[in-house]
Amino acid sequence: MKLRLLALYPEQMNIYADRGNILFLQRRCEWRGIEFSYAAAGPGEGLDPGAHDLLYLGGGQDRDQRAVAADMVAGKRDGLAAAIDDGIAMLAVCGGYQLLGHSYQLGEERLSGLGLVDLETVREPGERLIGNVAIEADLGDGPRTIAGFENHGGRTYLGEGAKPLGRVVKGFGNNGKDGHEGVRRDNLIGTYLHGPLLPKNAWLADRLIALALERRYGSPPELEPLDDRLELAAQECARAAALA
Amino acid sequence: MSAGRNGALFGAKRLAARAVGVASRSSGRGGGTTLPGRLLLRLDREAIAKLGSGLDAGSTLVSATNGKTTTAAMLAALLAAEGRVPVHNRAGSNMTWGIATALLEQRGREGLFEVDEAWLPRVAAQLEPGLIVLGNLFRDQLDRYGETEALADEWARTVAARAGRTRFVLNADDPLVADLGREGAVYFGIDDPDQALPELQHAFDARHCRRCGQPYAYERAFVGHLGHYSCPSCGARRPRPDVAATRVELHGMEGSTATVRLPGGELRLDLPLPGLYNVYNALGAIAAALELGVEPARIGPALAGMRGAFGRVETVAVEGKPLSILLVKNPAGTNEVLRTLRLEAGEGELDLWVGLNDRIADGRDVSWIWDADFELLAGAVRRVTCAGTRAPEIALRLKYAGWPEDRIAIVPGIEPALDAAVAAAPGQLFALPTYTALMELHKLLASRGLTEEFWR
Repeated sequence: MKLRLLALYPEQMNIYADRGNILFLQRRCEWRGIEFSYAAAGPGEGLDPGAHDLLYLGGGQDRDQRAVAADMVAGKRDGLAAAIDDGIAMLAVCGGYQLLGHSYQLGEERLSGLGLVDLETVREPGERLIGNVAIEADLGDGPRTIAGFENHGGRTYLGEGAKPLGRVVKGFGNNGKDGHEGVRRDNLIGTYLHGPLLPKNAWLADRLIALALERRYGSPPELEPLDDRLELAAQECARAAALA
Repeated sequence: MSAGRNGALFGAKRLAARAVGVASRSSGRGGGTTLPGRLLLRLDREAIAKLGSGLDAGSTLVSATNGKTTTAAMLAALLAAEGRVPVHNRAGSNMTWGIATALLEQRGREGLFEVDEAWLPRVAAQLEPGLIVLGNLFRDQLDRYGETEALADEWARTVAARAGRTRFVLNADDPLVADLGREGAVYFGIDDPDQALPELQHAFDARHCRRCGQPYAYERAFVGHLGHYSCPSCGARRPRPDVAATRVELHGMEGSTATVRLPGGELRLDLPLPGLYNVYNALGAIAAALELGVEPARIGPALAGMRGAFGRVETVAVEGKPLSILLVKNPAGTNEVLRTLRLEAGEGELDLWVGLNDRIADGRDVSWIWDADFELLAGAVRRVTCAGTRAPEIALRLKYAGWPEDRIAIVPGIEPALDAAVAAAPGQLFALPTYTALMELHKLLASRGLTEEFWR
């Protein structure tokens, strides 16, 4: 078995520890004897929807995010839309999450997003939403906790038909008001929980691996259990920090 | 209200604030470092400007993501060689209240202040400094400082606002800093190609030209994104440094030696502090000292006699075993500590204690540990004890950096973790604390009579 990961704009969209998520996926595949391949798609490059199993898009600084948004709309949107329709597993974090919507606001300026999910991101008066966060999410195998850290100025609102990733237990989530965090569409996940989201939530990493392999090989894989004592301790630590 | 009454009122506030510092220290509860300044600033928001106006020989500010405490301590040592004792926030409390406290409690003709990078604009506006030394900008505590480029924009506004009134010493090798320069800025940098990293590091924070937005071309990098760069698009280049290390030799924890080119000659640097990052700190301090009129011949001997700035590098004996403490707080600084440790021991011989806290002064967000290259020590570690409020998370990071899991222990409490690490180490132990873990460690060592409490 092989899992083919494609990192979108890793040079531009890596503001905070995004490589931790990728490293975590890689090790957990390799420890189970699942071959792992890493490819990157940067500015000016297209996207072949059938060539990859798992897509990753991190967050970036404002200047980079602006350039990436324009490049993605021009060169990758169609390939990405086809891959998501086909059920590809994808994780988009923070700035990458905002780019998936119809539009987002950078300062006073309103920029077009990819329009792949029904959401938009706006500025509102008030402080940035910063802090430890815990949410409850069900990705088809029962409600589970996702713990992490959020740090965003933008407020994201989901459209009528869009499903949140989860319900905020502690923290702000999409906008600090409606109790929603992130978005889910097929096997695409968008979230404000940045940095080492997967290391703090090993079950979520494994769920993404399983969804990616299921699309490629046609049936849900049996993922061999790993010695997750440190992983569980880290999740408990992050969850406790959010609930404190 | 008359100016005289105003002055008398400020004098009364100053007396009250100073008394609080004395009371706080004599009560033995500690933490007297910043209390007087906090109180004074609450009474009078312009306190720094008022107190600072008494420094008739002017002030020097030092700021950077990494190395500001050490650079300021080096500059203080260079001034001391001339018999000059500046008012100086030497304990590293570098926001307005720490500076106000130093101004309240010390007497002198000139000021030397390290300043938190986010506070630099406000402090510069109040203190009217004659000289500002800017070392570097790295990604750091996003929850507190925001994006690195946004901070660089703020610095650029401060530099522009002070043109003609303040002189600048800038790191030529950091494009985020060098580009702030105006005519007449003094630059420092490293000119020894042998010190280049084999490849660009992951935590690389200056990809795009500040002037035109196109990617920089790097000929070589020394520490993070510090190096020799140019912009193929608009032609912006690294300025030629006025003070440059032309040949550097690193000797692990022992320190380093270097040949330094000055505007009027050369000097031999024998630095008892480890790592290339401390060579950068020394170069910044030397360039500033020359600007402040320090005799070049005094520089070498004064720096050779330096000890580490508080907590940045120091060694104490615990149960007869040497414990060396190295502060870690962000990816770039941590990478330099890891590189230094890599030179210290052979395979499987390093004993470590790592303290990861998530208090406000550490940054509440501990994500940064995944941007630091802990992989560098994967084969080198005999045992690591993970402590602090986020101990399990650093333990997990080390596992995924390829450190053998059976060599990683989690003991959250600072004291039991230290005791466990000392007991398990056959000899030398290295402690890598974040800022507040360092404070706790210091308090613990002081309570055992092993070090003096730093604020006394």
